[in-house]
Amino acid sequence: MLPLADTQFVEATWIMVVKSIVIFAVIFGIVPVMTVVERKLIGRFQHRYGPNRVGPFGLLQPLADLFKLISKEGFRPAGAIPLLYVLGPLLPVLSGVMALAIIPWGDVQGGVGLYGIDVPIGILYFFAVGSIAFYGLLLGGWSSGSKYSLLGAMRGAAQLISYEVSMGLALLGAIIMGGSLSLVDVVHAQGAIWFVVPQIVGFVVFMLAGFAETNRTPFDMPEADAELVQGFMTEYGGMRFGSFLMVEYLEIIVVCGVAAAMFLGGWMGPGPGFLDPIWMLLKMFALVFVFIWVRATLPRLRYDQLMTLGWKVLLPLATLNVLVTAVLVVVT
Amino acid sequence: MPDFPYLDDQDVVEVQRGPEPGGVGGAYRAFGETLRGLKTTMARLIEGPMTIQYPEEKTPVYPRFRGRHKLHKFEDSGLEKCVGCSLCAAACPADCIRVVAAENIPGERVSAGERYAAVYEINLSRCIFCGYCEIACPFDAITMGHDYEMADYGREDLIFTKEMLLAESLERTPLKAEGE
Repeated sequence: MLPLADTQFVEATWIMVVKSIVIFAVIFGIVPVMTVVERKLIGRFQHRYGPNRVGPFGLLQPLADLFKLISKEGFRPAGAIPLLYVLGPLLPVLSGVMALAIIPWGDVQGGVGLYGIDVPIGILYFFAVGSIAFYGLLLGGWSSGSKYSLLGAMRGAAQLISYEVSMGLALLGAIIMGGSLSLVDVVHAQGAIWFVVPQIVGFVVFMLAGFAETNRTPFDMPEADAELVQGFMTEYGGMRFGSFLMVEYLEIIVVCGVAAAMFLGGWMGPGPGFLDPIWMLLKMFALVFVFIWVRATLPRLRYDQLMTLGWKVLLPLATLNVLVTAVLVVVT
Repeated sequence: MPDFPYLDDQDVVEVQRGPEPGGVGGAYRAFGETLRGLKTTMARLIEGPMTIQYPEEKTPVYPRFRGRHKLHKFEDSGLEKCVGCSLCAAACPADCIRVVAAENIPGERVSAGERYAAVYEINLSRCIFCGYCEIACPFDAITMGHDYEMADYGREDLIFTKEMLLAESLERTPLKAEGE
């Protein structure tokens, strides 16, 4: 019987409230910075500077973008279904923010756990909540009343079922080695060696599935700006469109956070305890850099190639990885 | 080549084909090529940007670059080189030069010759920067300069008068260095 997460640890309600506000504020401060960092990095990857006109080094660019998006008219196409059309961009934001709760920024320090919440089902919560984002995508695409949006939404749904399984199986290896579903316990189990070494296959599969999960190149099929004119986002404008974009970055942060916690030793690092969240952030941003690097490099896959990779390569690899890990853990 | 007796050996071209896609080898090659692509983009990142930040930095031009025209004076006497012969206007394929000549009065000479250009206008909104005026001029009075920033808000502002063409340009356009 595997031990579940420590459910005896209780915090005062006001601490929970403060924690959630802090996490929310910090992450929503990071998201706009990420957009400008991504644009600048992609520029560097292509021998150019990227945005550098607004503010020092172009750092105020996201503010200008935000102001532009907010000041736009919130229109709705005539063929759209009003309620679902509005709900479309809201659900992914909700799911992204909820998934943030389980990312561990540090251990329990001074009676306060440096994480949103340490739920006993841990990583299952991440999958359960993370998948809600695709409801928003599907609803938004379907209710827009446009064939491009519908195509993008259908692609997104198909992509979700082909990659969610591999993603879960890829994490299962680390969960078996950590002996717990809780992210905090998995990080604790990585004191001797980061799981990226024994679970390298799981890590690679998780990252590949993560590209698909966050609709990033080379798996940005639901958006596919060249063929589907942004897919499910086609009919959206203003801040509704902006929140779809924001969710993309939020999901990247969540996926990178989970990957850093499960495979890269989470908050583990030299230095005193208060540096733990910094280490976690550094590891996350290293992974975010990989996301941007891959976006700057790879073209979009053809749809059947995407499906082939998901079902014929990643799924068997992840399954094999889990089987071997399980046997090895039992034997040793 | 028994099947094609009419073909010489040198006519037969070897067709190079890539390896069949799929399988373990295909997956290995795809992975390897992906890593090679990642290496390539990372090398670009390390090399740094190559773009020129235009309004602050300017592209250097070659010495023979044909930019905005200039009219010249003799350096010693300060007299205008242009004698108002209108050969430039005759050579101009875009018909954008207007010259009205006048007689030089002794005592207040304007040019070195008998006559001078009382009016010398170039309509830069029509000019095609072919440089024929420069070639046609017998006294090297008009040459093509290096300025290329001539955008303006009104069409009438693009008609350059003699005074504007004689004046030194406000900002120097950088020239390409030797071998650049």
